[in-house]
Amino acid sequence: MIVRFFSALGAPLLAFFQYLGEVVLLAADTFRSIFTHKLRWKLFLTQVVEIGLLSQLVVVITGAFTGAVFAAQTFFQFNKIGMGSATGAVVSVSICRELGPVLTALMVAGRVGAAMSAEIGTMKVTEQIDALRALAVYPTDYLVVPRALAMMVSMPLLVAECIAVGIAAGYFVAIFMLEINGTYYMANMVRWTRNRDIIMGLSKAFCFGVLIVFISCQKGLSAREGAVGVGRATTEAVVNSSLAILICNFFLTMLLNIIYPAGYQ
Amino acid sequence: MIEAPPSPKPSTKSHLVPGNSSPMVAVRSLAKKIGEQEILRGVDLEVTRGETLAIIGRSGGGKSVLLKHLVGLMEPDAGEIWIEGQNIIGLTERQLGAVREKIGILFQGAALFDSMTVAENIAFPLREAGERNPKVLREKVREMLDVVELEGQEEKMPESLSGGMKKRVGLARSIVRRPSCVLYDEPTSGLDPVVSDSINRLIRRLQKRLGMTSVVVTHDMKSAFDVANHVAYLHEGRIYFYGTPNQLQQTSDPILQDFLLGRSEGAGD
Repeated sequence: MIVRFFSALGAPLLAFFQYLGEVVLLAADTFRSIFTHKLRWKLFLTQVVEIGLLSQLVVVITGAFTGAVFAAQTFFQFNKIGMGSATGAVVSVSICRELGPVLTALMVAGRVGAAMSAEIGTMKVTEQIDALRALAVYPTDYLVVPRALAMMVSMPLLVAECIAVGIAAGYFVAIFMLEINGTYYMANMVRWTRNRDIIMGLSKAFCFGVLIVFISCQKGLSAREGAVGVGRATTEAVVNSSLAILICNFFLTMLLNIIYPAGYQ
Repeated sequence: MIEAPPSPKPSTKSHLVPGNSSPMVAVRSLAKKIGEQEILRGVDLEVTRGETLAIIGRSGGGKSVLLKHLVGLMEPDAGEIWIEGQNIIGLTERQLGAVREKIGILFQGAALFDSMTVAENIAFPLREAGERNPKVLREKVREMLDVVELEGQEEKMPESLSGGMKKRVGLARSIVRRPSCVLYDEPTSGLDPVVSDSINRLIRRLQKRLGMTSVVVTHDMKSAFDVANHVAYLHEGRIYFYGTPNQLQQTSDPILQDFLLGRSEGAGD
């Protein structure tokens, strides 16, 4: 019974560790390539546009409505104990440290991760990646490096944008709809929000960007079995990226809180 | 095997075979298993410089697998592959880059980059080799389109091309850097007889004009007889016959006869 249980567990566990290994190897290969080979600037800039510029609308809307609803909910609770003006501080710190990076990363995983995986997966099943290799072009250099670098540059900027829009939307709702005193709101927000909260959010953004790009590219590069395989790879890329973001977020929070502790100190 | 293939040179510890007399491509005891299926069971083959070898055999017999091994796109379980005197087995993907510059390959589905125009596809290998001058690139693309008889199609996207046109563009892309050897994977499959004939003419012209060595994988017998100096018949993972097209036509071997005449095993029932 126990033997059967462990042997049933064995195959999926092995597959999981093999998958993790493939992602790590791809990441290692990419970083090696970044430092040892010439960057294709045109491809890099195209990816910056695709990942950074074209994701802005999604990120702005996400940030704005998250900031707005979070300000409203915080006010509803805090107002009962006469702390309505502390809403600004709570909204600002939460968006900087958690909501901004996590929600932006989830949106980017859905929008960009899916596109990366589908594009590379289609190239794989239509022999375009074999064609690249046959033309003496190393696929990691051509496909993964520009995407990885563009993601590392774009994600912190997108998160910064999300944080700014979220705080602005929270301020708008608090001052104009919930009629909190603007001076107290701002004073509390500025007092409790520190540079380290912003640095923590941007650090998380960088890490989440790295997770999304390698998980999505690995799924695309290992796609097989035609259109069905590409569809499966795309779905798995989004699901795995999202789960990895949420799981890593917890550990990153615990780790970064040691370096950048929360609160007024 | 009906006729023994020329015996390959003995293996040495070094990756390089000394001297200039080495064949363009030499395959020795190549074996490959995919899953539980043994695709190649010890293939021995040699392609001399400047000749065209047609590898024929039934569908699913491992012809394309053999071809992909020649350019390092697949790794064998056993055996050796020598390209211009260099054993490519054990080379890393980056080391294979130098070998691949000597070899062009035309994929069965052409494998054009679907986000690029015809001109961009053809110019791609040149750009990757560092050529940036737009005038030179334009000129080279025009020259290649002229060779494959597709003048004026520079700005078309691959999705708007017919099967035959795609194969020609794929061929133009694979020969733009003037490799010494071109591998063709089913160059005429799915094409009408007229387009097939034009592709065969193109292969012959490349051999004559540019002296390129060619390996053509096909099950189209007309194509094999049209273009090849030698024919190799791949049967059950081994080279079953090696000889000239004339020798193949005159053979009385029942397996080859069945293949040449297109007879299935139960035809006599």
